[in-house]
Amino acid sequence: MAQRLVVIGNGMAGARTVEEILERGGHFDITMFGDEPYGNYNRILLSNVLSGAEEESGIFLNSLSWYEENGINLRAGIRITRIDRFAKVVYGDDGSVTPYDKLIIATGSTPFIPPIEGTYNAKRGFHQGVFSFRTLDDTRAMIRYARDHETAAVIGGGLLGLEAARGLLNYGLKVTLVHAMGHLMNSQLDEQGGAILKGSVEKLGITVELNAMTTHITGKDSVTGIKFKDGRTIPCDMVVIAAGIRPNTEVAAASGLPIERAILVDDQMRVQDEPDIYAVGECVQHRGQTYGLVAPLWEQAKVLADHVTGANPRAAYHGSRTATKLKVAGVDVAAMGITTPERDTDEFVVFAEPRKGVYKSVIIRDDRIIGATLLGDVSKVGFLTQAFDKGLPLPEERVRLLFDLGGPPAEVSAAEMPDDNQVCNCNGVSKGQLVACVSAGTKTVTGVMDKTRAGKGCGSCKSLVAQIVEWAAGGEVEEDPSANWYVPGVPYAKPELMEAIRAQNLRSVSSVFAALSPGGKEDAKSKMGLVSLLRMMWGDEYEDENDARFINDRVHANIQRDGTFSVVPQMKGGVTSPEQLKKIAEVAEKYDVPMVKLTGGQRIDLLGIRKEDLPKVWADLGMPSGYAYGKSFRTVKTCVGSDFCRFGVGDSTALGIAIESRFQGLESPGKMKLAVTGCPRNCAEAYVKDLGVVAIDGGKWEIYVGGAAGAHIRKGDLLATVDSPDLVMQLTGRFLQYYRENANWLERTYSFVPRIGIEKLRELLVEDSEGICAGLEERMQEAVDAYRDPWQEGLEPRSPGQFKPSLPLLPLPMVPVREVHA
Amino acid sequence: MEISIGSLDSLPVGEGRTFAIDGDMVAVFRTRAGMVHAVSAVCPHAGGPIADGLADNEVVICPLHQHVFELATGCSRSGQPPLRVYGARVTDTGEVLLSTRVPVDA
Repeated sequence: MAQRLVVIGNGMAGARTVEEILERGGHFDITMFGDEPYGNYNRILLSNVLSGAEEESGIFLNSLSWYEENGINLRAGIRITRIDRFAKVVYGDDGSVTPYDKLIIATGSTPFIPPIEGTYNAKRGFHQGVFSFRTLDDTRAMIRYARDHETAAVIGGGLLGLEAARGLLNYGLKVTLVHAMGHLMNSQLDEQGGAILKGSVEKLGITVELNAMTTHITGKDSVTGIKFKDGRTIPCDMVVIAAGIRPNTEVAAASGLPIERAILVDDQMRVQDEPDIYAVGECVQHRGQTYGLVAPLWEQAKVLADHVTGANPRAAYHGSRTATKLKVAGVDVAAMGITTPERDTDEFVVFAEPRKGVYKSVIIRDDRIIGATLLGDVSKVGFLTQAFDKGLPLPEERVRLLFDLGGPPAEVSAAEMPDDNQVCNCNGVSKGQLVACVSAGTKTVTGVMDKTRAGKGCGSCKSLVAQIVEWAAGGEVEEDPSANWYVPGVPYAKPELMEAIRAQNLRSVSSVFAALSPGGKEDAKSKMGLVSLLRMMWGDEYEDENDARFINDRVHANIQRDGTFSVVPQMKGGVTSPEQLKKIAEVAEKYDVPMVKLTGGQRIDLLGIRKEDLPKVWADLGMPSGYAYGKSFRTVKTCVGSDFCRFGVGDSTALGIAIESRFQGLESPGKMKLAVTGCPRNCAEAYVKDLGVVAIDGGKWEIYVGGAAGAHIRKGDLLATVDSPDLVMQLTGRFLQYYRENANWLERTYSFVPRIGIEKLRELLVEDSEGICAGLEERMQEAVDAYRDPWQEGLEPRSPGQFKPSLPLLPLPMVPVREVHA
Repeated sequence: MEISIGSLDSLPVGEGRTFAIDGDMVAVFRTRAGMVHAVSAVCPHAGGPIADGLADNEVVICPLHQHVFELATGCSRSGQPPLRVYGARVTDTGEVLLSTRVPVDA
């Protein structure tokens, strides 16, 4: 027969412990007693229910059906009054007697109600209008009462009091927060931090009274006000007491179990000297410590489950170092360790910006973090928590503990975060566990949260969890070796792939597959990237295969949503002529082009051209391709420069045209969009181009690389300032060739430049520190010499049916044609 | 019934071409492995021209939004409804014949 396990308490600790036991395959007949007539809910989120941010249904962790499915006998609404530890039975307030073989006490805490006169009413417990804030029923009662009352006093300036005050604001109440101590959240924050928090809270519209010891609640039939020790009174028609919690040891005390501040347990979570009684959560005292946070509770639950099931009889709990990260009354707060320096030799690093509600402090002793407080900006909490937990080495510049100085942006931090970095501090889930879950096939944020329980505690890490899951599912997972491959179907990183291609003299896409892919297998997804690489490497010695090209490169035009194409003739530097415009107009009329539009790159786009018309369109245009369709050199945007513009200090137009003439159409890992602008007013937007050139006074030119103004916005980094257009051409050639040879497939310069680093690029390309520049220039020259304008391939198809329509039966065009009104 | 779409030479190796069969648009692919596959020519996702897609011996990728379909089964590997599959064979004289599978509904 299975052993009988009885659990007193159906809160977060009790239910979580049972979950851990079930997970270890523990065979017990389980009976759970809960005071509250519900399944188990997330008490931390009650403040969200109060504020209306969350529905009641959203905070349940275990629904009633969960108990049923796991064969648990839930006796919700029954309070255990006494344990007979000799007869091994528990007595319920309904007269029931339940025998156990193993017993777990998880009775949690009860609100601390300070001795304030007028709190209670002889007939009905609390006086009319007085509330505590601990349970779902408390929350419901507060909401009901708040709806038709006007002023509230919240007693207690800790976490719970702040949350209650914030929540009550949503019901239109005028709220006063009353705190007996000198600053808010005094057990987590130092005085300065508390003062800044006070400012933030007041901005929300909450009145804060500090050093205010409440002695009386006034009002005959219902609350009318409160009175302080110094005699002052505040009128209010509702009082919420949120003055902290005390371990709920009532049952244990009534049953003769050992208690100091809470129930005494050993390292296996057994009640002292009781082999068959365990206790867990806020009701226990372990090595002199009690805890009021969830993270230690989860650790205790694991140890308890390991021990009671026999899964690991040597499991031991050694106490927790608690770091809190939470959002209190809309303000981000993180705190760990001590709040103020204790010794003269303690380092104390502080930043305060009260106007923005930001406060950060770190206390360091012997090169280790022993305390930290973050308020208003908790972006550094990840590292600080790790450093606090594990005693990580600290940066020599202490300011880096508080700020990212030129650090990587958020998306990179998800990628660079070490695997053992704890993401969910409530449920103890690391980045590695999240990634593993994604790799095992769960690709949705909610799915991963369900499986790992990350984000299921206080919920404050949800956005970080989402970032990591998205990152992990985005095909860049570190554990996935193909992440480093140049293309997914050929298992080589770019440098090794280039080496193998050169060594084996592979000049066509099919020969690369035959020689280098597993089993010689073709891979459609890899073809475009290989075409680009081989063309870059071999120039006109590349053996072209039409089937390896993406459709745009097969027909030298950009495919549109309805299967038609857009045609963009070259217009170097955005400069055109009446002749060109006439020709374009004639072609547009002749082929009934549905839309003629200016592009962002200063050219003219003919949209909606049928595939079969493309060769005729090019022949009629008689202009070179503008390459508006490939992963290649696109265009050089220019301003009017010094010829016409009264501000221009350099001939940007001429230089732009020269650059475009030289590097036109070169294939590359990603698009290359350039600009040259004639003065720092930057009309050609050169700061946000893959390579942008800016003329500055004194005949000088600045060259910026790695800029972007698309889905990503990034200002380019200054590569060099040079004296002449010739030097601009030279450095442009070096940079573009280095990018072509070293960037990953589809890696735009805005990722490539920060990945390599601008200092490194400067050394390599400007100072030629490794002597590679001559080679880069030589190979670039070969590529330039090998360039052929694809629109001059002629009217003869390169392969049978190259321009045969693919969807002639569909009604065309699907893109709506816009009428142009004068 | 089988319908000729002409000589195998009219299909470039590794590419797809569209043919009209009985009012259906059919994308026919000649793979580098020497097989001929025929699937419906319109991507079920957003009407993309399947014959313009990059293909290998197993799959074709729609050029518009990169949805992937198996040439032999028509099944999508990116969560789209399947393409319809047509029978395709090459005669001794090098003629490509397409057949519609027995129609399921009248």
